[in-house]
Amino acid sequence: MLAPNSHLRQLEAESIHIFREVAASFSKPVMLYSIGKDSSVMLRLAMKAFYPAKPPFPFLHVDTTWKFREMIEFRDRMARELGFDLLVHINEDGVRDGINPFDHGSNTHTHIMKTVALRQALDKYGFDAAFGGARRDEEKSRAKERIFSFRDSNHGWDPKHQRPEMWNIYNTRVGAGESIRVFPLSNWTELDIWQYIMLEDIPIVPLYFAAKRPVVERDGMLVLRDDDRMKLRDGEQVDERMVRFRTLGCYPLTGAIESDAKTLEAIVSEMLTARTSERQGRLIDRDEAGSMEKKKREGYF
Amino acid sequence: MAAHRDIKAIGEDMRRFLTEQEEKSTLRFLTCGSVDDGKSTLIGRLLYDTKLIFEDQLASLEADSRKHGTTGEDIDLALLVDGLEAEREQGITIDVAYRFFATPARRFIVADTPGHEQYTRNMATGASTADLAVVLVDARQGVLQQTRRHSFIASLLGIRHIVLAVNKIDLVDFSQTVFDKIIAEYRAFATGLGFETIVEIPMSARFGDNVTARSARTGWYGGPTLLEYLETVIVSAPGADNPLRFPVQYVNRRNSDFRGFSGTLASGSVSVGDTVVVAKSGKAAKVRRIINQGEEANDATSGDAVTLVLDAEVEVSRGNMLVAPDNRPHVADQFMAKIVWFDDHALLPGRSYILRTQSDQSTATITELKYRVDVNTFAHDAAKSLEMNEIGVCNISTQAPVAFDEYSKNRYTGAFVLIDRITNATAGAGMIEFPLRRASNVHLQALDVNKSLRAEIKHQKPVVLWFTGLSGSGKSTIANLLEKKLHVGGRHTTILDGDNVRHGLNRDLGFTEEDRVENIRRVGEVAKLMVEAGLITIVSFISPFRAERRMVREMMEENEFIEVFIDTPFEECVKRDPKGLYARALKGEIKNFTGVDSPYEVPERADIHLQTVGHAPEELADKLEIWLKERGYC
Ligand SMILES: Nc1nc2c(ncn2[C@@H]2O[C@H](COP(=O)(O)OP(=O)(O)O)[C@@H](O)[C@H]2O)c(=O)[nH]1
Repeated sequence: MLAPNSHLRQLEAESIHIFREVAASFSKPVMLYSIGKDSSVMLRLAMKAFYPAKPPFPFLHVDTTWKFREMIEFRDRMARELGFDLLVHINEDGVRDGINPFDHGSNTHTHIMKTVALRQALDKYGFDAAFGGARRDEEKSRAKERIFSFRDSNHGWDPKHQRPEMWNIYNTRVGAGESIRVFPLSNWTELDIWQYIMLEDIPIVPLYFAAKRPVVERDGMLVLRDDDRMKLRDGEQVDERMVRFRTLGCYPLTGAIESDAKTLEAIVSEMLTARTSERQGRLIDRDEAGSMEKKKREGYF
Repeated sequence: MAAHRDIKAIGEDMRRFLTEQEEKSTLRFLTCGSVDDGKSTLIGRLLYDTKLIFEDQLASLEADSRKHGTTGEDIDLALLVDGLEAEREQGITIDVAYRFFATPARRFIVADTPGHEQYTRNMATGASTADLAVVLVDARQGVLQQTRRHSFIASLLGIRHIVLAVNKIDLVDFSQTVFDKIIAEYRAFATGLGFETIVEIPMSARFGDNVTARSARTGWYGGPTLLEYLETVIVSAPGADNPLRFPVQYVNRRNSDFRGFSGTLASGSVSVGDTVVVAKSGKAAKVRRIINQGEEANDATSGDAVTLVLDAEVEVSRGNMLVAPDNRPHVADQFMAKIVWFDDHALLPGRSYILRTQSDQSTATITELKYRVDVNTFAHDAAKSLEMNEIGVCNISTQAPVAFDEYSKNRYTGAFVLIDRITNATAGAGMIEFPLRRASNVHLQALDVNKSLRAEIKHQKPVVLWFTGLSGSGKSTIANLLEKKLHVGGRHTTILDGDNVRHGLNRDLGFTEEDRVENIRRVGEVAKLMVEAGLITIVSFISPFRAERRMVREMMEENEFIEVFIDTPFEECVKRDPKGLYARALKGEIKNFTGVDSPYEVPERADIHLQTVGHAPEELADKLEIWLKERGYC
């Protein structure tokens, strides 16, 4: 149980309020479930918001087909244990064209298998509101994102015409084809997420904890060779190293860090002394300055 | 998970650390001031000095500083927080950004709000959730119009604590004289804004003086540094001591034996066994069960997100409030409020908007714009509209009563936003002053009540929807469905039905040709009166003759008469024969029956032509509703 009046309880209350606001005002909401630690926290918050009922919306995983195997196992286990309604969407056009991060680069791969795939899924089901796990502390352009972030009928985000968000009154009105992305974790920081996971005993994908894993050093990144679709280049070799992940995504694009942190306590301690920010491990942010903002305008989270 | 819980020494330290972290309070504040006063630099400085900048961010900051920076060779701390590309290029902050940092004593959420006048709405956004404002002034410039405007908005939105940061003190040689002059000017201006505390600090955001460390260069200053002050200032929120306000956000119906009301306590507290009252109906019930943030509990207090189960079946839906029986909110459909306008379409009295409170929603009209406030002099100016970024005081009338408190008593139950009905933009924000008794708001002498005013108060355009078609074609069914839909949407409607009118007003008329004409003439006159009254009037009459239908059309004004042809083939009507009339007519028991021995003249150019075969009545009613909406009737 969280201490009364603690900031985590306040954050929890705010997030629950947001979940309910969406359930009450939209006709077809969905939660974008990305299986990472933030999604795990969102899942717990959604369960609390509607207890004793189940969350009144499905959970959608946009599968790029390059996620860590342990993520997929974890996803299916959670859906089974908690009994939520899981939808999985894959961009079949991308699969047919053999899009992959090795040959096409992170930008193209992410665009087709994630951004386009997400748009496909939203259009296919006609969702008018989609929960995402983005936090404002993650990245500069996210610091300016609203909690209820309006998207036009092409899923585009216009940073200059965001709706003012006053008090906790949210403008949930959308026209035909338009939608809202909702970020219940907007005001959480990375530290808050870890603290909450610890105090609430929230299951997370084991990849967050250090273990001996087969990794390849490539372009200054430690890549876990999760399957043999990853071909070794000349001079590369697979080493068993003690590593863990600060963030989870497509395995070829997500760098591991060397670490001994096998417990949540150790992770938090490592985080507090870390000298690099969380997103550094993600290749997509480094491609060009302001790249996150560009992606968001196109409909990436 | 338990496997990972082998708590070693590090684990215990960390647990202790996290427990301390968890017990920290959060202070939400905003920074504001004129462009280039140094807000972004100040926040960058706070993040930098509290070690929240990571190495990779520092590296990209150095690169950015060379590209966009304004500080020559030095790192430009402002670039840490100026997130969007457009603003990096223009070198200004254009949107409110939220930043997070923590010290061992407290956790902070900072709203960094822009200085340009056209972005005042973002300042109001930041202020709406903040408890304290740091108002920056450039020591070289002193108090500017933006300083006044922002202080005024802070006060308007209920902020009671101000830090006046006299920045760039390095550029005035750390002069106490300059500092004293500025604070005197600020105090003179700020009295009357209702601030409980104003603390002035001389500082240099760029070089760090008095931000987190005391400056040796301002020896004459004996007060706290900014961070010291932020760590210790006490801001009281409307808390558990206030009366219970529980706006119902969502009704949780897990199954037929569970019905819970979900929402966040805006103030007060509640325990199992307490009696609560439904604000809009006054009905009372006892709290039987409390689910507090996912767990069974005996009580809940202000700020908690809960689900309450009551012991009695009372009618409560989203938008209503459960409240303390001995201290209830106002329930009214007219009130006076202060408005900050955001939209580039000006606020206009008489126009209707969607008013949204924390959980309620209603259409609303500004019945009177009392005055506009000049933020420099606080003078009340007469105004006919409120332009973007202007502030005014208005009387507002909502279509349905709303439960609320004065904003000065409760920031969460006294606030609302106004939404443009066409663009859905958040057009303005309002803070309720007090309810109005109807009488005090009606200016009889000023109003020449006419058709358009009657319609305006109903937020609709009056019209006659004239349903014509054979007996049994589906006129009444569709008319009833349509009326229900319009009614749910808050429209004022009425139905004139052939059978009913014949039983009353027209009971002296039979079915000869002359009587049929008179029948239609009378109904036309009645429909016209209904339109005068501002109603959407659905007339459901066989009305077989073109000439009579044209006669009625000509009694009305342009666009007030919509002919709707309910087209069902004769054979189909005979088959349906809901009242058994065709059977009797065909046997010759009823004379002059339309379609049998009296003609039906099919409309030549009906405004709307609905074929009923193969379409459900709901679908057709939907189609009509959309037709009306698209043309602005409702
Ligand atoms: N000398 C001096 N310059 C400052 C100080 N604070 C900010 N500046 C400079 O003033 C300019 C505008 O600062 P910025 O933080 O972007 O202002 P904002 O528009 O209020 O966010 C930048 O060139 C800063 O480096 C200060 O305390 N002293």
